[in-house]
Amino acid sequence: MPDIAIKVSKATKIFGSRTVLDAIDLDIYRGETLVILGGSGSGKSTLLRMMIGSVPIDGGDILVHGKSLCDMSRTDLNEYRKSIGVLFQSGALYNSMTIADNVALPLREHTDLPEETIELMVKIKLELVGLREHATKLPSEISGGMKKRAGLARALALDPSILFYDEPSAGLDPVTSAEIDELIIKLNKLLGVTSVVVTHEMDSAFRIADRMVLLDRGKFVASGTPEQMKKSTDPLVRQFVYGLIDGPLTERKRTGAYESDLLMDNI
Amino acid sequence: MRRFSPVTVLGSFSVAVIEFLGSLGLLLKETSLMIQPALFTGRGKRLGWRNLWFQMVRVGVKSIGIVSLVVFCIGAILSLQMEPILRQYSATDKIADIIGVAMFRELGPLVAAITLTGFAGASIAAELGTMQVSEEIEALESQAISPVRFLVVPRVLATTVMMVCLAIVADLMGVLGGLFVSTSILGISAESYLRATFSAVEMKDFLGGLFKAAVFGCVLSLIACHLGMTVKGGAEGVGTATTKTVVYTIVALTFIDLGFTATFYYLGL
Repeated sequence: MPDIAIKVSKATKIFGSRTVLDAIDLDIYRGETLVILGGSGSGKSTLLRMMIGSVPIDGGDILVHGKSLCDMSRTDLNEYRKSIGVLFQSGALYNSMTIADNVALPLREHTDLPEETIELMVKIKLELVGLREHATKLPSEISGGMKKRAGLARALALDPSILFYDEPSAGLDPVTSAEIDELIIKLNKLLGVTSVVVTHEMDSAFRIADRMVLLDRGKFVASGTPEQMKKSTDPLVRQFVYGLIDGPLTERKRTGAYESDLLMDNI
Repeated sequence: MRRFSPVTVLGSFSVAVIEFLGSLGLLLKETSLMIQPALFTGRGKRLGWRNLWFQMVRVGVKSIGIVSLVVFCIGAILSLQMEPILRQYSATDKIADIIGVAMFRELGPLVAAITLTGFAGASIAAELGTMQVSEEIEALESQAISPVRFLVVPRVLATTVMMVCLAIVADLMGVLGGLFVSTSILGISAESYLRATFSAVEMKDFLGGLFKAAVFGCVLSLIACHLGMTVKGGAEGVGTATTKTVVYTIVALTFIDLGFTATFYYLGL
């Protein structure tokens, strides 16, 4: 049985009167690349944010390397955050700093390394993502794909054991998207990190995933290897995986409470 | 459709005001606790002083010109407005006294703060709001870097310190504005104008004004940081936060100034 890096146990998230995640369970194994699939508003980004400690957990728990996120003090949470890397949807680079300074920031903040060593480490991280020659540029001077790669270099700065990716292919052309996917695979193999990827891009998901889970209306409705997901006979999984127009997802939208929306809410 | 009674509106307005003041209080507390780790201990000081210096230049140095211009004009306006009235009582020589006391006690710090609200407050709110929308603040948190330590502390400290410096510049420029009109149009000699100013203005007027300026700077930057960091809803949210910063700050500064003036009045200062 492989080691469990993250154990999501009956995790629940409620926004107002809406249950976004409904007592979900999930085991993420050390060294694997797990892709969390789901449509817009399915709760997949919320789950990622709960796993990085940005969004509080309303019920259940998430254990990372056996430690409960719910029981962590602020100091413990910060120590945990130093051991993970997060690539945000937009890259989330600090716009006032150069690419090199973005990558150097966590090293300057969390280590006592001298500047010469930090510069060396920054070059190594930027070389890993193929951006060494763009180190002195500002985020506004580089393309969307390069921003994602720079964000990834920054996420790698403190040599994390777990990498979280929030929609890594969003807003990128197919070639750049494939390059980012290759980078995710390379980093996973090269550094042996556990990767958790949230996406709804199926091409990208099939390329990078060791295992996939499909989130729908706050619950996991399917899980398995990419091959198992492709062969699934579940109509919902098939519609999502193959991007079909007809299926439970579109049916649900069509049978929405149109009448009550028209008549009731405006009274 | 929901209908609101005046009581509901008043109630929800009161709750919103209390909530806003409470949030500012919490941010002030966290900012105070983070000053030491940001500047004096641990690894934070590696970037802390650099950030503080950068903000001081951005907030204070770059606004000297506009603050000087505005307060100089106000000094000149006051001088022109008072002259006809004071002439009726043969007291035009009192222009310098009135402008001096008004500038040092009241107008220098207040006008500098209001100008800085438009110049730096709006800019801080827009900058932090954009950082919030583009996930930069969340990225800082995910890297175990406190946004309050990294972003709020240098901005609040820089605005507070530079507001005091700007108040001194404003005091002098206001007096110079009055001096310019009095000497060039009203026929008062520069020497008698300056003598009257220095004899009318006491040290307590000067120091009281600077104390007010520090409070204005602190409040101004706290409001801008709070509204910027709590932006929701993309570009529109950033615009709303910027507008709110200017409006809320001007209202807050006026109320605080009223509070100070009333307190000083009753204490006989």
